[in-house]
Amino acid sequence: MDGVHDLGGLDGFGPVEHQASEPSFGEEWERRAFGLTGAVISAFGVNGGRFRHSIERMDPAHYLGSSYYEHWLTAAATLAVEAGAVTKDKLEARAEGRFPLSRPDRGAAPDDRTGRTEPRFAVGDRVRVREWHPSGHTRAPRYVQGKRGEVVRFDGAHNVPDIEAHGGGFVRDPTYSVAFTSRELWGEGGTDNETMHVDLWERYLEEDA
Amino acid sequence: MTTVEHDHGNEHHPDELAPIEARVAAIETVLVEKGIIDVDFDAVVRHFEDNVGPLNGAKVVAHAWTDPDYRARLLADGTAAIAELGFGGPEGDHMVVVENTRDVHNLVVCTLCSCYPWPTLGLPPKWYKSPAYRSRAVREPRALLAEMGTIVPDDVEIRVWDSSAEVRYLVLPMRPDGTDNMTEEALVGVVTRDSMIGVERL
Repeated sequence: MDGVHDLGGLDGFGPVEHQASEPSFGEEWERRAFGLTGAVISAFGVNGGRFRHSIERMDPAHYLGSSYYEHWLTAAATLAVEAGAVTKDKLEARAEGRFPLSRPDRGAAPDDRTGRTEPRFAVGDRVRVREWHPSGHTRAPRYVQGKRGEVVRFDGAHNVPDIEAHGGGFVRDPTYSVAFTSRELWGEGGTDNETMHVDLWERYLEEDA
Repeated sequence: MTTVEHDHGNEHHPDELAPIEARVAAIETVLVEKGIIDVDFDAVVRHFEDNVGPLNGAKVVAHAWTDPDYRARLLADGTAAIAELGFGGPEGDHMVVVENTRDVHNLVVCTLCSCYPWPTLGLPPKWYKSPAYRSRAVREPRALLAEMGTIVPDDVEIRVWDSSAEVRYLVLPMRPDGTDNMTEEALVGVVTRDSMIGVERL
């Protein structure tokens, strides 16, 4: 989905607030949220696509206004509620206040569930990223959809997140690193001598005719 | 606690957002009471705090700087070469190492979430997960780096790697001038976390 998580190229966030080093967890609740989320993922057998999508479904204002581990916590609670393990009411009663969860899943697994392992493209091939803006989970960022690039690396076949995220099972597809020039991505706003590489599943790509 | 009940079936609609600590405790205690999760996930968390961090990546880099054969193996198959030093596992199963040269500077980002090579760098720092870094790294990397104090000359190509699939990236920084006489062990101390993400040049 073209959600608020799909941040590549957006403007207006200001400078990066960089720190040279920091502890793994700034606060105790972050430690607990990290451990808890891992336990929930394992208890409910949540795959990576489904977990990421449960974060992507957060209310956009909540997503941008909360930290990384609050995303994890919200995802863990959403997944537990969706699995029927607990209700939102019970969580709010126990937390003594509002407990925002992610929005319902509007996505569906794509129709093409054919697994493939043999790469259709070779290093050096010119490709175009399909432009389809699905309502469900995908790892094709908005900023490369419809853009043209060159295959620079083949990484073997991996489970398609768009399918696993929506209960479609584990279907493998060749995965590539594709290089895009800054000018291709950002047009007149682009810069010379900058190249962006995005790792993409084969079904996201078509031949650049 | 302020709770206002509306007439929507049995739903409760509290007005005030519960504090984050209370939300963590609520979901944790419910799932533990129901026997769905084990309370003792502390061991896993401690593993990340105690055993995993950028020191691992620094050992990989220092080894590559001092052993040309290892460097070649590292660039050819990052996962296998990193495993030679004992590092691997989740978020490090498919490692690609990208090498900085006089002509190329590499920068790693995850625009869609916060993918990061845990076994070699540990858990990602806050700024790496921030919307500012994730949005700008692919839009204006040279300007962003300059703002962060890292000047990359215009004639050096910047290659940004958005870890949007299964691969996790580690940057192999250039060995700094004046370190020819340093031992591998001493070189480990020269390598910074930021240089292995690409936001710093050594």
